Amino acid sequence: MSLESPEAVVAVAALEKPTSRGEARLRAARNRRLLVHTVRVLLLAAVLGAWEALSRAGTIDPFNFSMPSKIWDQLVQWTMHGTAQGSLGEQIWVTLYEALIGWAVGVGAGVVAGIVLGRIRLLAEVLGPYIKVLNALPRIVLAPIFLIWFGLGPASKIASAVVLVFFPVFFNAFQGVREVDRNLIANARILGANNRQVTLQVVVPAATSWIFTSLHVSFGFALIGAIVGEYIGADKGIGLLVSSSQGNFNSAGVYAAMVILAVVALLAEALLTFAEKRLFRWKPASGGDR
Amino acid sequence: MNSGTPRGNPHEGTAPAIELRGASKAFRTPSGTLHTAVRDLDLTVERGEFVAVVGPTGCGKSTTLTLVSGLEEPTEGEVLVGGEPVCGIRQDVGFVFQQDAVFPWRTVLSNVMAGPRFRGVPKAEARERARVWLDRVGLGAFTDRYPHQLSGGQRKRVALAQTFVNDPTILLMDEPFSALDVQTRALMSDELLELWGGAGTDRPDDAPPASVVFVTHDLEEAIALADKVVVMTAGPATVKQVFPVPLPRPRKVESVRLEPEFIDIYREIWSSLGEEVRITRERGASRVA
Repeated sequence: MSLESPEAVVAVAALEKPTSRGEARLRAARNRRLLVHTVRVLLLAAVLGAWEALSRAGTIDPFNFSMPSKIWDQLVQWTMHGTAQGSLGEQIWVTLYEALIGWAVGVGAGVVAGIVLGRIRLLAEVLGPYIKVLNALPRIVLAPIFLIWFGLGPASKIASAVVLVFFPVFFNAFQGVREVDRNLIANARILGANNRQVTLQVVVPAATSWIFTSLHVSFGFALIGAIVGEYIGADKGIGLLVSSSQGNFNSAGVYAAMVILAVVALLAEALLTFAEKRLFRWKPASGGDR
Repeated sequence: MNSGTPRGNPHEGTAPAIELRGASKAFRTPSGTLHTAVRDLDLTVERGEFVAVVGPTGCGKSTTLTLVSGLEEPTEGEVLVGGEPVCGIRQDVGFVFQQDAVFPWRTVLSNVMAGPRFRGVPKAEARERARVWLDRVGLGAFTDRYPHQLSGGQRKRVALAQTFVNDPTILLMDEPFSALDVQTRALMSDELLELWGGAGTDRPDDAPPASVVFVTHDLEEAIALADKVVVMTAGPATVKQVFPVPLPRPRKVESVRLEPEFIDIYREIWSSLGEEVRITRERGASRVA
């Protein structure tokens, strides 16, 4: 996402007065943007082309590595004729549904726990070591246990998404609460705020930017949780698509599922960025947005 | 509007506004040692008096204010406000901080409404009072802005309105203008004197203005504003000397400092303060060496 600098350059240039120098700078920025986009597209074409060519020539094993045209065919086939488990849309929806629910629950629990522990020192000191231990556990190994507990349905996937999402969100919320400017809290208390008002009207808004940074990462984790859960055992979903393609030695299917996942993750990311921009209107714009 | 003072207080009219008796405050540093910020502090502020506290940088002047405000408790000694020992944060205290302490996620109007809203004033009334104060500090046209869209001086004005809207009878100011440029600072000082003197406010004429403790390291600012200048020693701070400032009011900061009387007072206080500044400087130098 950090590769978006050309847009920022344009935004800065747009602030210039429409003098001839400003126009020249604007044109230079536009040319630069064009260059970046062109090279980007060329790079993608080169990589895909090389992959296709090498695979067709037999330099790399097409059985293991498949090739872009086959992956495309697989995507088309899934879209037009559905997968073995039902329509492609349904698979995407099931995975997305599990990830979203898991994400929402994990975020809610993480934020609340982070704020509570951040505000109540005693609780943080008592629970601190346990949280560290739980965090040290590679939580993905919990997925099989959840499968045993909650069965093949969405519940087990939601559970693994929750445990993956909870910790990063919790730690960020906790840190955010701890890092709130002491002056702001002192000011609020002098102005007459009680503890509850300090928490809800000062600490929480001040910590939101910390919390939001973790939301970006954690949606990715929620998807991982859902996919791994499905991969281990499910009756629907993209993870199942991966595992059944693998079972049929259909490498094109595995890659196609990966492409679908990437698109879903990027769309979710874009939605989050949009929401963030709406929520943080009070923040000074970075990169000359204003 | 002078609702902050408890009418039934038996000390009303007799006890000084603020009294520190042998107050000391020690903090535990992260390394575990005790750091004494102020020791054995005796200070009296009468009702309606403007007291400036000057001292070398980092000597513990700000700690005095946190003790009076109730944000911190003294380790030893007593802090009385209106004749009563300070216990927690009082409703009639206002505090203007050195750094920006306005809430960046609230608009200007909402920032000024914060105090009354925290204290349970209905929204419409809080908005009305906030608008009045924003007009008084000259920000009537900026109510919808966010703090980051304002200049440093404008943000300070928001902070002043935010404080004054609560009608404090005790006003504590911790180097409030130190982050501003020189011209803005003089302007803000004049505006502060006007607001404090009650120009354009609805305070009745017979009610005394708020009692002010104004901490600064700028002696000129201190003399121009105050009725009384308190010189603190190098840290751990205690009161070294108290100088009255008999300059007539109303004052204009830019012109009052050119008067011969002002210069005499300045010279007199500096002979006391300069020594403490030198001590602090030498300590700093020996620490660097």
